[in-house]
Amino acid sequence: MLRYLLSRLISLVLSLIVASLVIFAVLQVVPGDPASFMLGMNASPDTMAALREQLGLNGPAPLRYLHWLAGMLHGDFGLSYTYKTPVAQLIAQRAQVSLPLTIYAMALSTLIAIPAGMVAAARRGRASDLAVMGVTQLGIAVPNFWFAMLLVLIFAIRLHWVSSGGFPGWQAGIWPNLVALTLPAIALALPQASILARVMRSALIEALHQDYLRTARAKGLTQGQAIRRHAFRNALIPVLTILGLQFSFLLAGAIIIENVFYLPGLGRLIFQAITQRDLITVQSVVMLLVAAVIVVNFLTDLAYAAVDPRLRRPG
Amino acid sequence: MTLLSVRDLSLAIHGMPILHDVSFDLIPGEVFGLVGESGSGKSMTSLALMQLLPPGARVAGRATMGGEDLLSLPERKMCRIRGNEIGMIFQEPMTALNPVQTIGDQVAETLVIHGAATRSEALSAARSRLDRVGLTADRFPLSRYPHELSGGQRQRVSIAMAIALRPKLLIADEPTTALDVTTQAGILDLLRGLVAEEDMALMLITHDLAVVAGVADQVAVMEAGKIVEAGPTEALFRARRHDYTRRLFAAAAHVPARRPQAREAPLLHVASARRDYALPRPSAFAPPGRLTAVKDVSFTLHKGESLGLVGESGCGKSTLTRAILGLDPLQGGEIRLNGAPVSPTMPRARRAGVQVVFQDPYGSFNPRQKVGRLVAEPFHLAPAPKAEQRDRVAEALSAVGLTPEAASRYIHEFSGGQRQRIAIARALIIRPELIVLDEAVSALDVRVRAQILDLLADLQGRYRLSYLFISHDLGVVRVITDRVMVMRAGEIVEEGETEAVFAAPRHSYTRELLAATPKIPAGWLDG
Repeated sequence: MLRYLLSRLISLVLSLIVASLVIFAVLQVVPGDPASFMLGMNASPDTMAALREQLGLNGPAPLRYLHWLAGMLHGDFGLSYTYKTPVAQLIAQRAQVSLPLTIYAMALSTLIAIPAGMVAAARRGRASDLAVMGVTQLGIAVPNFWFAMLLVLIFAIRLHWVSSGGFPGWQAGIWPNLVALTLPAIALALPQASILARVMRSALIEALHQDYLRTARAKGLTQGQAIRRHAFRNALIPVLTILGLQFSFLLAGAIIIENVFYLPGLGRLIFQAITQRDLITVQSVVMLLVAAVIVVNFLTDLAYAAVDPRLRRPG
Repeated sequence: MTLLSVRDLSLAIHGMPILHDVSFDLIPGEVFGLVGESGSGKSMTSLALMQLLPPGARVAGRATMGGEDLLSLPERKMCRIRGNEIGMIFQEPMTALNPVQTIGDQVAETLVIHGAATRSEALSAARSRLDRVGLTADRFPLSRYPHELSGGQRQRVSIAMAIALRPKLLIADEPTTALDVTTQAGILDLLRGLVAEEDMALMLITHDLAVVAGVADQVAVMEAGKIVEAGPTEALFRARRHDYTRRLFAAAAHVPARRPQAREAPLLHVASARRDYALPRPSAFAPPGRLTAVKDVSFTLHKGESLGLVGESGCGKSTLTRAILGLDPLQGGEIRLNGAPVSPTMPRARRAGVQVVFQDPYGSFNPRQKVGRLVAEPFHLAPAPKAEQRDRVAEALSAVGLTPEAASRYIHEFSGGQRQRIAIARALIIRPELIVLDEAVSALDVRVRAQILDLLADLQGRYRLSYLFISHDLGVVRVITDRVMVMRAGEIVEEGETEAVFAAPRHSYTRELLAATPKIPAGWLDG
């Protein structure tokens, strides 16, 4: 187990280093000088040079890379060119929206998908299976922004249950924020739940055909007991893979939904930063998202080991 | 007296008849052997009794046990009988256990699920049952996982699970088919002991007549869903009244007609071959350990000779075979084919000199290619014009007893025996000098196996082929090889003329293997 953990940790650190190098290198070669962007076309070369110096854009690249890296390790992500505030502060503000939204959407998606997939697998070919397959087909096919607009139309405009967008901020208390995040979370959860339910269903169907399920039935377990006690845990492994991927995707992939609901999340931050050539913000937010993906993958690997003893104790 | 009485059991799956009027009785303390070839309906008979048939099955007839008809009981009641009154074990010990649950939990589950014990009581009962099947607490704590056990040990866990509640009937479906002979002998001993101790009835399903001869009190022979002959084992074996039984026995004892080959020049020369594997590092910074799978193996195979290589799983046969095929490099010694070195980097023309036939006639073909293309595959080693390739595919298919038209069909249209013929055609097509037969007849039914052995003997005479015949089945090796080598733990422990080795084995391991091999008592087959 320790070996497995150690090897995963080493791969985690290596991935982070490689990712930071790639991100830094790419932003060195993208066109557009932030200094000239900020000062406009008519700035004098002297002011440009001064600003470049102030932004830390001068000096050899390796040194700037190390400087950036060292800064990040201290929580210093640099100063945003456009907002003129520390990037760390920007990210912290935006993560207050994105992180709860992601977790909310993931929780919804898992709570719906796992039971739906199990029912579909256990009752394969019957009405409930066909219903699950039909709904999930639709859930994957329908674009989530369209579904989001539909939710707004029904619950905000017709029924007035919730407001159509915006985020009150956590100082307003937990409940109003939870309400504000509900529609976006549902809109995000639907396609994810559809994929997850289908993965759960097929993984469980595969597990149901395994010899050890027959053994379980021969021991006197009912079909339901055999699924719960034996098939479920074996089917979890592919489900965990998808869950890990979905978490990383939701964290930054909610740009469209954030726009529909007017939420100040990470997705919008990075979109604005790119359009305004706020490269230091782009660089840091991308690095943070990559780090999140890598850490989630690491956690997924740990979850595999928790589920599968063959990883903990190779035979 | 009778525990289970089956009368006129018939079964159809999606309208396709599988069983016809099967009747037999099981008696406590007795072993009932059900023998037949694959597809004869043996397993379906047992699954029908357990009501574990695949969807679409329709059953008729009666199976009375304790005053109730097993075939018509509702599912709820069947769940109480399965595992409680009837235990069952299956063929594949490697996949029969849940890989993510400890063996202790899996054995205890039988008790817990039937409400026979609390979890802690169940675990202590599991301990005693595992002890009974020979898995002692010091080496096999309850916290072990299936992947940490060998096939034989896993089969013992399955048995412990099946007998946890001391059922009146144990159904064992090919329980030893996937195991080595010495392991098989241990499991059969265990089953026999349990029947005597617990006064249990055992229904033993097998294709192996010799296993039945050694274990069963009563035997029924099954063909195409019907019991064609039944009776006390010895009487049935001696009389062999039914034609099918006679054919089955003849096939099991079949000796292919082989013309003795004049042994000429050496063809394959293996000198002090050694194969190492790196093991996982014991800790992150320690150097990886090494496992020597093949240690200092030397032998010579002559042109036109048939050389056997026997040994149990894990002895290094497959590793050695891969090196001979030039798939893996050696870490010491050398292999020469016609004097030229064999290695992963050898030229294609040299690779064309050795072809191989594997065990599994189902897994060793690409299902999306037509047979003609499958058989022509080795031509990439020895290119030939398209027209000539077609002619030679037709010729090879005819040589193995199929029609040339088979080339335009897909592999799923053929039976296991036909597929193995196609595999042989594929090996023959570029006229290699040596064919490696890696458990090539092990997955086949006795009658098909006899035909394939005849075919191999015939082809050897016609094409002057040399065979390296690798098998765990001593009976087959005995009838098809000139010389035999016995391998254990990476070493050849005995080598000699096949008849001499079988008649008077010198090494204790060879003697052990021969003793563990089930045999039909010689007297039973006279006349």
